[in-house]
Amino acid sequence: MKKLFALVLAAVMLLSMVSLASAEEKGKVYYLNFKPEADQAWQDLAAEYTALTGVEVKVLTAASGTYSQTLTSEMDKKDAAPTLFQIGNAEGVATWNNYALPLDGTELIQEMTTEDFNLKNANGETVAVGYCYEAYGIITNKTLLEKAGYTIADITNFESLKKVADDIHARAAELGFDAFTSAGLDGSSSWRFSGHLTNMPLFYEFRDDGITEQPAAVKGTYLDAYKNIWDLYITDSAADVKKLSSYTGAEAEKDFYDGKAVFFQNGTWEYADLTGKYGMDPASLAMIPIYCGVEGEENAALCAGTENCWAVNAKASEADQKATLDFLKWVVTSDEGTQMMADWFGPIPFKAAKASNNVFFNDSTALLNEGKYVVTWAFNYTPDVDNWRAGIVSALEQYSAGVTDWGEVEYAFVEGWATCYANTH
Amino acid sequence: MKKNKRPDAAAITSSLIRKSIQRRFAIFLLPTFVCFCIGFLWPFIQGIYLSLHSFTTTSDTAWAGFDNYVKAFNDAGFRQAFFYTALVAVVSLVLINVLAFFVAFALTRSIRGSNLFRGVFFVPNLIGGIVLGYIWKTIIDSVLPVSMSIQANYGFWGLIVVLCWQQVGYMMIIYIAGLQAVPEDMLEAARIDGANGPRTLWHIILPNVMPSITICTFLSLTNGFKLYDQNMVLTNGAPVRRGIGQTEMLALNIAKTFSTANQRGVAQAKAVLFFILVTALALIQLRATRRKEVQQ
Repeated sequence: MKKLFALVLAAVMLLSMVSLASAEEKGKVYYLNFKPEADQAWQDLAAEYTALTGVEVKVLTAASGTYSQTLTSEMDKKDAAPTLFQIGNAEGVATWNNYALPLDGTELIQEMTTEDFNLKNANGETVAVGYCYEAYGIITNKTLLEKAGYTIADITNFESLKKVADDIHARAAELGFDAFTSAGLDGSSSWRFSGHLTNMPLFYEFRDDGITEQPAAVKGTYLDAYKNIWDLYITDSAADVKKLSSYTGAEAEKDFYDGKAVFFQNGTWEYADLTGKYGMDPASLAMIPIYCGVEGEENAALCAGTENCWAVNAKASEADQKATLDFLKWVVTSDEGTQMMADWFGPIPFKAAKASNNVFFNDSTALLNEGKYVVTWAFNYTPDVDNWRAGIVSALEQYSAGVTDWGEVEYAFVEGWATCYANTH
Repeated sequence: MKKNKRPDAAAITSSLIRKSIQRRFAIFLLPTFVCFCIGFLWPFIQGIYLSLHSFTTTSDTAWAGFDNYVKAFNDAGFRQAFFYTALVAVVSLVLINVLAFFVAFALTRSIRGSNLFRGVFFVPNLIGGIVLGYIWKTIIDSVLPVSMSIQANYGFWGLIVVLCWQQVGYMMIIYIAGLQAVPEDMLEAARIDGANGPRTLWHIILPNVMPSITICTFLSLTNGFKLYDQNMVLTNGAPVRRGIGQTEMLALNIAKTFSTANQRGVAQAKAVLFFILVTALALIQLRATRRKEVQQ
């Protein structure tokens, strides 16, 4: 009896070693996903891959707004740490550089059509792969615009945008809708202006000065343009300028899908909600570039860039790293993978990408096909992002309520940048 | 009839019972002690360790010596947060305790419906800080000409109003208990000796409720210093100038530092300093008010 027992034990031990060894050979993938809305799609894709190859793929999704904390605690788990995670911008690279495997020359990168969206570290190594891109601009309700007597072809630069918006705002009572949705400075909305809109002056300044990495200071050369567009947003809208901090992002969105406003500054990611959840007709939607009065802006396309970049854990075992890279290659080359990516992330910068039905992306592509220049996401260089943006939001609130003049915004933009850079370097 | 203060004193000192309790003390102490170690002692020791290192994840650290502490002291935002926190704590300490004492005083004067009032004043304390903060933010912002996040002084007084509203009721309950314990014979003697209202309050009642004052000032001082929820919800530190939140308190400053690139060690050092500060203040305050307590 005892002998039999020992034999069984030994056999179990041997078996477990074998299965362990095979798992180690194959490696495993653990993806810490960043987008809660795409969680189910990733889970399904992971299951499909496991069924196909036998490689274990675990997908965990951090709750909205908690990615950084979740990543920090998951990375602590040494052997069970994520093998695949997300880096968003220059600050993310600074934080996670030691954990990001340099990816230059991998098959994944060879599949890419552009490396414009990738993130590099201080040594010039590619540490994160921009796997999709997003575009933002001014989302326009074409039906309402036509009701007011205009078409989007009438808007080609800041002057024409202002003319149209001013006219709609003046006739708001008669038309039943206003030009712009509220420029809310509540935390759920302020990033549209402290992050996305500040990209306009940053992009043009960096373009003029040929800046390609995080600068220690900015000059604010194009802040007049920023003032132009901000003034337009708050003047030609029904929102109370003294209470902008209480307007949320959801309110602006509601203004738009309720047909209370023609223009809504936001991005391609809004498409699913606007057409799905709120049932807007895709045919009445368009996205136009943000015009702010910069010379030559007639040739600008949408602001395109990404905060969605894959990084592979440099501290994972070699087998796991290889399994992860194999998985990613499958995602961007296989039929199932590219379909899922097109459905959830729009056009992806990989050779095998499938077309997307997102109107906003198609607008973006159409503008690029006309030979217009893409406005890249210069704000990815922002130092101490939260703090710099908070300063801009405070200044915008004070300026809009008439408490201070525009100088406060300039101060927050220029001095704020220098301070935030110094604080983190 | 005089009651024996400790009726079972004799039983406890009986060696028969004491021995068996002593032998089994671990059963009673161990669960709490284990929880204390897991939830407080170990994180605290690790916190001190981490404050001397630079790190991204807690299992992978590099020795940094006192660098983090130097950076914390050199951070103008941290210094500003310290003074702002001290101001909030002191102002709220005074207001909460004065208000709570007088509410308690009024509600022990056998006013009609005083039980209902006690309940009403206590209820705000049952609402969580975040929810309460959002409700008050909406109320205050709708009353003010401009939002609290625009003018730092609006943010300050907004915070004080919320703190008072939330804590006065709680402190009131403690004061009521204290006031009810003032011996009736002392009050009677004072009346016979011809002491008027204010004199009785100052010389008889106050010394007798000193233990309540000790506990209430202790609570409101530490509450003021470690405040986070309401501060985050009401203004989140705004307005921000040169990267410094004008209404940012210490706890919020530490949390924000942690989410800034490569500043996690600094945030940890700030947290250790924060701990030392709050502990020292609480100890000083306890000593100071204990000395004024009277034995009945």
